[in-house]
Amino acid sequence: MKLLIIVPAYNEEESLPGVVRDLRENIPSADVLVVNDGSRDATAQTAQTMGVKVLDLPFNLGIGGAMQAGYLYAEQNNYEIAVQFDGDGQHCAEEIQKLIQPLAAGTADIVIGSRFLVPGGYRASFYRMTGIRIFSFVLSRILGTAVTDSTSGFRAANRKVIDFFALTYPDDYPEAESLVLLHKAKLRMMEVAVTMRERTGGMSSITTVRSVYYMTKVLMAIFIDLMKKVR
Amino acid sequence: MDLLSILAIVVNGTVLIVVVELIRRGRLKERYSLLWLLAGSVLLVLSASRDLLEYISHLVGIFYAPSFLFLIAFLFLLLITLHFSVVISGLSEKNKKLAQELALLRLELREAMNTTLAKEHVPKRPSNK
Repeated sequence: MKLLIIVPAYNEEESLPGVVRDLRENIPSADVLVVNDGSRDATAQTAQTMGVKVLDLPFNLGIGGAMQAGYLYAEQNNYEIAVQFDGDGQHCAEEIQKLIQPLAAGTADIVIGSRFLVPGGYRASFYRMTGIRIFSFVLSRILGTAVTDSTSGFRAANRKVIDFFALTYPDDYPEAESLVLLHKAKLRMMEVAVTMRERTGGMSSITTVRSVYYMTKVLMAIFIDLMKKVR
Repeated sequence: MDLLSILAIVVNGTVLIVVVELIRRGRLKERYSLLWLLAGSVLLVLSASRDLLEYISHLVGIFYAPSFLFLIAFLFLLLITLHFSVVISGLSEKNKKLAQELALLRLELREAMNTTLAKEHVPKRPSNK
């Protein structure tokens, strides 16, 4: 099974070596592709010296454009499975196997690692949790299946979804939005329980005041996606 | 014809001439100039002929004719900015595709260079023996 692990990275020179080591130890047969999204630090060089494949974007495209570049590479090089794995070290490489398993069995086209499938597994601020709950509620209604972690960036996709994402990938809030687009394209999704590590350094990019603004924008984007034409 | 009408015609005419001149020099593409030309022409006709302006304003139910002129100008500007938003969206999509394509090509080039370098090194080894 030809497997590609896409690691989007923006200014992750510090955490990237750990992430790559984690991937090599736990899933040595996979190819690792770091997508450097116009970082201002030495992310590209760090990845280069570690001997992984590096997609070096000339400027910052945002997570959507960077992720799609990874899917384009997977499509052009005939990978059968692509896994999205964050460059900040919050995902655990040993859990990739759990995500791939349903794809190999053919029971789903995309498998999403969810923090909330097992209760008490993850804690976030009250506002953030409220936001996540509202997304989950709205998305579950739209998709017709329960979605607990709509913003998870830990996902595995089969060939059908790779082809779809290479062509159509949302720019702004790709995790939640792409679920709507996948649903419209009649592709099957499934959630699998995973644990995510707490952030070691830095703060989440989403603060309390901004989270309300962020939520409104994502909800709007979701409803716009609902009206979009999908080929 | 009152002074204001003359002024309006002069200003409008200048705008039209500037637009045409920009197209002629290749600084403005035809496809982005159509709305400007249309807006300029309509406003020129309406400000040149007070009677026509009065006639249409009353048809629509606007009593102060010049405000009809403002309405037309405002609608055109709205249309032009909307047109720009559409154009910018298209450009940013193309820009994204170019950046992705560039990154993919860079990687392909690097990998091709690595394989040729590796091949060049292979024949050297037996000769050392």
